[in-house]
Amino acid sequence: MLKLSYNDYEALRAHGEETYPHECCGVLLGKANPEDNQVCEIVRAGNTRTDSAHNRYNIAPEDLIRIQRQSRKKGLEIIGFYHSHPDHPAQWSPTDFAEAHWIGCSYVITSIAQSKAAITNSFLLTGTNEEDKKFLDEPVEIEVGSTNTQQEREPQ
Amino acid sequence: MNINIPTPLRSYTGGQQTVSVPGATVGEVLESLTGTYPELRQHLYSAEGKLRSFVNLYLNDDDIRYLPLKEATPVEDSDELSIIPSIAGGY
Repeated sequence: MLKLSYNDYEALRAHGEETYPHECCGVLLGKANPEDNQVCEIVRAGNTRTDSAHNRYNIAPEDLIRIQRQSRKKGLEIIGFYHSHPDHPAQWSPTDFAEAHWIGCSYVITSIAQSKAAITNSFLLTGTNEEDKKFLDEPVEIEVGSTNTQQEREPQ
Repeated sequence: MNINIPTPLRSYTGGQQTVSVPGATVGEVLESLTGTYPELRQHLYSAEGKLRSFVNLYLNDDDIRYLPLKEATPVEDSDELSIIPSIAGGY
């Protein structure tokens, strides 16, 4: 399960609206627990795929190193990533799968329909290596104050 | 020198975010790393022994692919090596 605050949930969705019709991307910092990935902070990143930003994203390794350094100082770790699919479902694509290498991390995808954030889904990359990795649908728990809300998943 | 281990590979370093291994060059440090933590090797290198294309290695702020001496680059104890798998995708 992926747990994140309502503010972070809204912030990553707003990022996708701001960059529409291009894909946005960012990093989820927090704690990887045995039962869940708990988000404590989200960090926006630039999409370096300016050649095809409407349907591709890439986070520069230099950005990741900077973000990793920041997270270490805060006692947090990289537990996942997010990006948007402009006018496309919030489902992982063959490209998303081929380019996913952070096993154990959550990959959050928000569909942006005509500039408005629609469905947000999360997928947990599981497995032990590149050969047996797979994406699993991951429930998202949005923490609103002391009340947690289970998010609906877009129909498959 | 210290090597920063990314989240998905920490299970192969006993959960450590940073490990310290000896070596005078980037290549020697990587040999020390995979010698100390042999399970890491298959995640960093292909069966042919080449660094996997999605694995980025940074010496401080420099991608070792673009350093003139690449893995033969000398290192100091105060340097920092980061292993960063790539992040990309789209539809």
